[in-house]
Amino acid sequence: MAEAAESPGDRGRASPRPLMRDLKAVGKKFMHVLYPRKSNTLLRDWDLWGPLILCVTLALMLQRGSADSEKDGGPQFAEVFVIVWFGAVTITLNSKLLGGNISFFQSLCVLGYCILPLTVAMLVCRLVLLAEPGPVNFMVRLFVVIVMFAWSIAASTAFLADSQPPNRKALAVYPVFLFYFVISWMILTFTPQ
Amino acid sequence: MATVDDLQFEEFGDAATSLAANPDVTTISIEDPGETPKHHPGPPRSPGREEDDELLGNDDSDKTELLAGQKKSSPFWTFEYYQTFFDVDTYQVFDRIKGSLLPIPGKNFVRLYIRSNPDLYGPFWICATLVFAIAISGNLSNFLIHLGEKTYHYVPEFRKVSIAATIIYAYAWLVPLSLWGFLMWRNSKVMNIVSYSFLEIVCVYGYSLFIYIPTAILWIIPQKAVRWILVMIALGISGSVLAMTFWPAVREDNRRIALATIVTIVLLHMFLSVGCLAYFFDAPEMEHLPTTIATPNQTVAAAKSS
Repeated sequence: MAEAAESPGDRGRASPRPLMRDLKAVGKKFMHVLYPRKSNTLLRDWDLWGPLILCVTLALMLQRGSADSEKDGGPQFAEVFVIVWFGAVTITLNSKLLGGNISFFQSLCVLGYCILPLTVAMLVCRLVLLAEPGPVNFMVRLFVVIVMFAWSIAASTAFLADSQPPNRKALAVYPVFLFYFVISWMILTFTPQ
Repeated sequence: MATVDDLQFEEFGDAATSLAANPDVTTISIEDPGETPKHHPGPPRSPGREEDDELLGNDDSDKTELLAGQKKSSPFWTFEYYQTFFDVDTYQVFDRIKGSLLPIPGKNFVRLYIRSNPDLYGPFWICATLVFAIAISGNLSNFLIHLGEKTYHYVPEFRKVSIAATIIYAYAWLVPLSLWGFLMWRNSKVMNIVSYSFLEIVCVYGYSLFIYIPTAILWIIPQKAVRWILVMIALGISGSVLAMTFWPAVREDNRRIALATIVTIVLLHMFLSVGCLAYFFDAPEMEHLPTTIATPNQTVAAAKSS
């Protein structure tokens, strides 16, 4: 990653380079999530910009109009936000309590970035919902969500599983499964007005 | 220089005599912790109390108390203190879940599976799974029941997740707390052989809720008879786990109070399952729908004839 070498005299100048550098770092991590390999990039150079962008995008797409907000509708923007971050924090705490040697923010970073496949699924579902409703429509959405759900789990497990002692791997991975399952459910049951 | 006498194997009890003979000699005595119960013989064991020993685990109760005293040594504001509650391996969690699904008469869940290592992993994540299982299954079941109705518009009913979470987690913490307080109070009046710590009670309750996860998923089937049979089966299994766990703790007490305690435990469990079924799952009315169209004529005829 190219470091912008700034001399002390440059402090006053607002330079666009660090922004481009950060965006490139975020984009690079997106690629690592989409093509998961055993690499340390997500863990070593963690950042929370990517998860924030993904979470905001997902929450914006999942929220409903205010018309039926009182009547047991889908989740609101704040609810999606809270679920994603609260869920990620709980899983991280669980992983650390079980004796994993991953740091708090590294784990948040991995869990946040691995929402990317599900955000793509949400985009696809919204596009598919523009077509006429029916069982075929639902089957297509179901298939997309299932595939992206499996992708998210595979990506996050590839990064997180190594940080746990081998006799507790399943205990640490199960909450991740539950977390992405709930998000997938929210995506699948999204119905437009 | 070692003589032949010194090379002879000395009995444990001769340490005092050898010390008296050679005051400068250092004697090292290594005691096996498992042998300490022998120095404190329990009450004379009659054949009738053998099953109690199995239930109570008297043979290793001293050892487990020793270990329990050594475990939680970190102060409660450190992270390590809370790590002691997650000190379980995958196979241990599976064993505990299996023990909650197959209650064997005479086997105490706490003594057999928990063994002074209560964990919070099981209760917390079983409750989380149960919350989502109930909310999602209820939503699915309502969708399937009302499928085909022209006036029905599907809503994800997301509010119900938070309601389910409040109910389940409150049950999983408050009922053990009150039960523990009650048992402590009775312990001060009647000397009970068996007493459980608060975390062990939370652990038993958490694992006993596991049976409701497949039950909630099967509640999607929109048949009243099937749902009630499932309620009975789940209540039978988890109720018997709880009853067999807490019976030794209240057995020494007044017979009425002991029975009342066990009945209350099972009743609360039943209220939880029936309440969840009633609130989250709509009644399957679809099979009544065709008859209500036909009955207006019949009710009018019945009203005329009566």
